[in-house]
Amino acid sequence: MSYYEKLIFELSKPGRRGAAVPSGTGEVKVPFGDGAKCWRSEAPALPEVSEPDVVRHYTRLSQLNFGVDGGFYPLGSCTMKYNPKVCEDVPALFAGLHPLQDEETTAGARELLSGAERFLCALTGMKHFTFSPCAGAHGELTGLMIIRRYHEMRGDTARTRILVPDSAHGTNPASAAICGLEPVTVPSGPDGLVDPEALRPLLGPDIAGIMLTNPNTLGLFEKHIKEIAELVHGCGGLLYYDGANLNPLVGVLRPGDMGFDVMHVNLHKTFSTPHGGGGPGSGPVGVCEALKDALAQVDGKVSAFHGNFGVIVRAYAYILMLGREHVKELGPFATLAANYIKESLRDKFKLPIDSVCKHEFVFDGLIDDGGREGVPAATTLDVAKRMLDYGFHAPTIYFPLLFHQSMMIEPTETESLETLDECIAVLRKIADEAAVDPSLLKSAPHNTPIGRPDETEAARHPILKFTAEA
Amino acid sequence: MAQLPFFPHTQEDVARMLERVGLSSLQELYSDVPQEFLYRGEYDLPSALSESEVKASLEAFAARNRKLTVFVGQGAYDHYTPSVIPALCARSEFLTAYTPYQCEISQGTLRYIFEFQSMICALTGLDVANASVYDGATAAAEAARMCVASTRKRNRIIASEGLLPCVRKVLEAYARYGGYELLVSDHPLDALDANVAGVILPSIDRSGAIVDLEGAADAVHTAGALLVLYCDPSALAVLRSPADWGADIAIGDAQPLGMPLSYGGPYAGFMACREALMRKLPGRIVGQARDAQGHRCFVLTLQAREQHIRREKATSNICSNESLMALWATIYLSLMGPEGMKELNAACYRSSHYLRERLLSTGLFEAAEPGGFIKEFVLRPRTDASRLHKYLLDKGFFAALPTEEGRVSFCVTERRTKEEIDALVSAVEQFAEEEGR
Repeated sequence: MSYYEKLIFELSKPGRRGAAVPSGTGEVKVPFGDGAKCWRSEAPALPEVSEPDVVRHYTRLSQLNFGVDGGFYPLGSCTMKYNPKVCEDVPALFAGLHPLQDEETTAGARELLSGAERFLCALTGMKHFTFSPCAGAHGELTGLMIIRRYHEMRGDTARTRILVPDSAHGTNPASAAICGLEPVTVPSGPDGLVDPEALRPLLGPDIAGIMLTNPNTLGLFEKHIKEIAELVHGCGGLLYYDGANLNPLVGVLRPGDMGFDVMHVNLHKTFSTPHGGGGPGSGPVGVCEALKDALAQVDGKVSAFHGNFGVIVRAYAYILMLGREHVKELGPFATLAANYIKESLRDKFKLPIDSVCKHEFVFDGLIDDGGREGVPAATTLDVAKRMLDYGFHAPTIYFPLLFHQSMMIEPTETESLETLDECIAVLRKIADEAAVDPSLLKSAPHNTPIGRPDETEAARHPILKFTAEA
Repeated sequence: MAQLPFFPHTQEDVARMLERVGLSSLQELYSDVPQEFLYRGEYDLPSALSESEVKASLEAFAARNRKLTVFVGQGAYDHYTPSVIPALCARSEFLTAYTPYQCEISQGTLRYIFEFQSMICALTGLDVANASVYDGATAAAEAARMCVASTRKRNRIIASEGLLPCVRKVLEAYARYGGYELLVSDHPLDALDANVAGVILPSIDRSGAIVDLEGAADAVHTAGALLVLYCDPSALAVLRSPADWGADIAIGDAQPLGMPLSYGGPYAGFMACREALMRKLPGRIVGQARDAQGHRCFVLTLQAREQHIRREKATSNICSNESLMALWATIYLSLMGPEGMKELNAACYRSSHYLRERLLSTGLFEAAEPGGFIKEFVLRPRTDASRLHKYLLDKGFFAALPTEEGRVSFCVTERRTKEEIDALVSAVEQFAEEEGR
């Protein structure tokens, strides 16, 4: 099939339409467009298309996309696991429920939320959850609001700084800044971990807490966590757990037992709700008992209603299928898969830190990148683009920022040994291709609907909406 | 124990993988973890359920909710969802994709976001829109930040008392630690001074009344501040556009564009602004580009605004937004087109005015706010508002929601049939009769 290039606007023809609408009840004259200043004089420039036009257009657009159902998606820190189909069926059961309906008419929805809270408490060791946050970064912000409230309620208003390791996701310092906290960077040690000795001099009465991702974005478990917790708690700060990397710990250990006071969970990662091309997600925030009152101050106030309820329903269904039996397999299978890929490729890719990893790991580019006099070397970007040719999604690239050629691979627990082996074979082949002729990688992808775009030009002269002339 | 359908590992697979890794057990994968932290107990979860049991369990929850005929809006509107939308949004190429970082295999997502942005621009009249934020309320909070970041040395935001309560509470929560001051006022334009960065007004207020915005932009701009309008995107198909009113930023919730009520979410917030503010806009933005072969294509652009590049200096912390719901809205607007949107608003207009007249004729209410409305209105009850509300609830209607100032709020969408509206009126009459006894 040839590349489908159209925008819905380009199918438009005056007079066509894709939906019939009832005419309503009553005879009152409708004043739209009567010249009164509150009405628009011209109709908005929406497309005029038939129902089959719409169905075919979006079906064809979908065919230009790559999803987990279509192939392996080893995107680090994103936990692209398979999303069970039954979870897609159940939210419709609640479709007609208005968010402001009186409590006596929403018993089922509220019981489901408290059930989801019990499940998350059991899995994380936290004591209370709020479901208002609609995504992970939203959860971070909510968690930081709770931390600020907690200190404030104790009359301690001097804690305006928060510790964030240099390996943290970009959302951590961004969330801190939006919550009026100054992020203080904690440098990673040569082993990629937070060194308690580097932490010690940063502590003081101005520290609200620390935001830790454990395992961190290198996929390494912060093994000094006990000492870190003692140090931060010792100075009066709290420990925030970034749930983006919770997957390898599920069924093995719980953030609450490691000394974390506040955390968010990405239901769209760990609890298998689909990512939808960038949301909707859900980022419930849990706290330990001491922060119960601070949580209550923030609960329900960071989004309009009850958070992304439909996403919570999906996660609830997923946890029911997991049950207490399979939950213990989840983290270990995810961790095993990551270590299997790492050990199968370390002779072709640079492994900056040699250690057992958790759910993901980071390579720092190719060992033999093919670069020589007059031949530019193959970079991580080139490897990533070449993977697309072989039917795999690329890893997360150029993150974490600790290395120049970062390539972060996370396979999850839902990929079979055969799939992992195929991915390994492809990456080995790409490494061999690079060593012989990097230009093959540099011009990749070759088999995708489009080739590499000129992103610089797109940012320099932004075209951000359809216009009839463009 | 039977294997979980979505865990493909056989015992033999596990053994082979462990061998490659050089370990003899799964436990050894956690040898770097302080052993005292390993959770050795039984997880307090139910025993694993099969798919049919899961469905039955969720159906049992749903059965404990009461199915009501909805005559309330207040930020969530019961418009009809054409069947095309869930069918297309369920396509797993859309559903199971991540944020479109690899544009060569994400043109589907990137294309519909570009279309979404274009449609939001068409409705608001503004130059640039983003790929969505969480909901309308967080869009308001993001707009407040944008105003502070786009004006010099100003750190007060004035929000109209007329905004929906669900929007005001989120604005307040974000402002508390946001480094700016939030003033909620019922006369926002009277509070303008040299410290005000932005003013957030509703284009339709919480009573449902269309707000006369004549002079608002001039007053706000003269004071050196930015004007933000909170809008219902469905109503924007017939209302004068935010750009025509002189707004700098338009925000709102895309839920009225055919998204099911779903107990409050997922919905999607939208944000649009004038071109001059483009680099302060939070969230993902998709732009048109060309690939090496000259094909028109689409990419995430202006990323220097975002958290993954700028960290604490980003315009916002937002990462995942509500992409699939933006697709939902895009398909909805494509199906409806300009004519369909106009007819939809006309249906709401007729039916809501019909209900209002009939309610007034029961003698149980007095007219409240003056001003035109499309689908939502309030009345002043001559009776105990909460008793009326509960009475209607018992009759199967979610209607006459008591408001902060002692009114009752109603909303009628195109979904409400004449039979349903008449039945609601009968129930109100019955209530009046019983109260009169």
